Amino acid sequence: MSQGYARTAMAARAAQDIPDGWYVNLGIGLPTLIAEHVPAGREVVFHSENGVLGIGPAPAPDKIDPWLINAGKQHVTLLPGGSFFHHADSFAMIRGGHLDLCVLGAFQVADNGDIANWTTSLNDTAPAIGGAMDLAIGAQRLWVLMEHTTRDGQPRLVQRCSYPLTAPGVVRRIYTNLAVIDVTAAGFQLVDLAAGVDFATVAGQTDAPLLPIPEERKR
Amino acid sequence: MIDKIVSSVADAVEGIADGSVVLLGGFGAVGQANGLLAGLLEQGARDLTIVANNAGTGEGGLARLIGAGRVRRMVCSFPRGGAGVSVFEQFYKAGRIELEIVPQGTLAERIRAAGAGIPAFFTPTSVGTVIAEGKEHREINGRVAVLEYALPGDVALVEAWEADRWGNLVYRASARNFNPLMAMAAKRTIVQANHVRELGTLSPEMIATPGIFVDRVVHVAATEASS
Repeated sequence: MSQGYARTAMAARAAQDIPDGWYVNLGIGLPTLIAEHVPAGREVVFHSENGVLGIGPAPAPDKIDPWLINAGKQHVTLLPGGSFFHHADSFAMIRGGHLDLCVLGAFQVADNGDIANWTTSLNDTAPAIGGAMDLAIGAQRLWVLMEHTTRDGQPRLVQRCSYPLTAPGVVRRIYTNLAVIDVTAAGFQLVDLAAGVDFATVAGQTDAPLLPIPEERKR
Repeated sequence: MIDKIVSSVADAVEGIADGSVVLLGGFGAVGQANGLLAGLLEQGARDLTIVANNAGTGEGGLARLIGAGRVRRMVCSFPRGGAGVSVFEQFYKAGRIELEIVPQGTLAERIRAAGAGIPAFFTPTSVGTVIAEGKEHREINGRVAVLEYALPGDVALVEAWEADRWGNLVYRASARNFNPLMAMAAKRTIVQANHVRELGTLSPEMIATPGIFVDRVVHVAATEASS
């Protein structure tokens, strides 16, 4: 049984921090859940690599448009105000710094902001990058949403990534099932904790120094 | 009179030579010209290099062409896909197909550059990763970038929603994706269109690929976007 937030609660915790008006790309898998948890009253425009802005929720089974998918190749809907464009424009948005935020999943994040999220081995049967390397360097800020440890308990927050990098020095913030952690010049900085989780638990599952929440922020 | 409409898929893919570099639109199966791929299988060209975002899923389309041993080399960003082990993965594991893995934005830009007459460009994408190893690096305005070369094709296979006899194209929803880029970047661009319209009936403001980029159009009625 994993500690702290369940998967949907992790996504909801990250969604809380997305302000009204941002343009956001969500990585495939866990980050995609964030779209369902944007607090009411905020307009956040979701971008997908395959040329869509203004992605809405999944369609009802009888309302599927086979020509409308997201980057995870799931059927989606388009919100009023949404638009379609080709891949070069889509990656101009990404690489040109026009997205306020990208949230990716990851295998590992190092305390210098390095991210490894595309392959665990260069001998992979099918190493797959997709848009991750472009998103990691192109969005105004990169957050990571991932479980704090692997299934067998190995830390994913590390001093140095052992897997091939997606990009060096780019991660600003990490949301895990245990905590929210910023990547700062001084290393991993705890921002807040999931209910029922304490500092020692998080530090014990983090393979790098973890700075506690500053005293003034606790009050 | 300009008339790029051909009457059959066989006529559309006629002349594609062995060893061709084929630019293939689509993201997954959405917007992928599966009718033309079936025609290419029938036509017999081999030793092909396929440039596409993905390396085929399921049994049809690109997966079928790979399975028939006709593709020597795949250039793509995301060769994984679907459930289970794909035909591409089986071939790659067996050493029967080469893979050049390219970040998706770099792939798009390399194709766009080819279409726009730009021989190469610098991008910060992939700096500090294995993908950048061996490539020329340069610091530009304080940011390190790698040199990436244009990626032109001999042939582009494009799926459009509507076309006219000049080769003007309109796409449907997210099926646009790589198609307009592929259309610009090949010596010969072949289109499968779900609808062929009278010249002058497509709204000029809606035309995403002007006919100047297109050589042949064949009508292939839509069955479904995803295989």
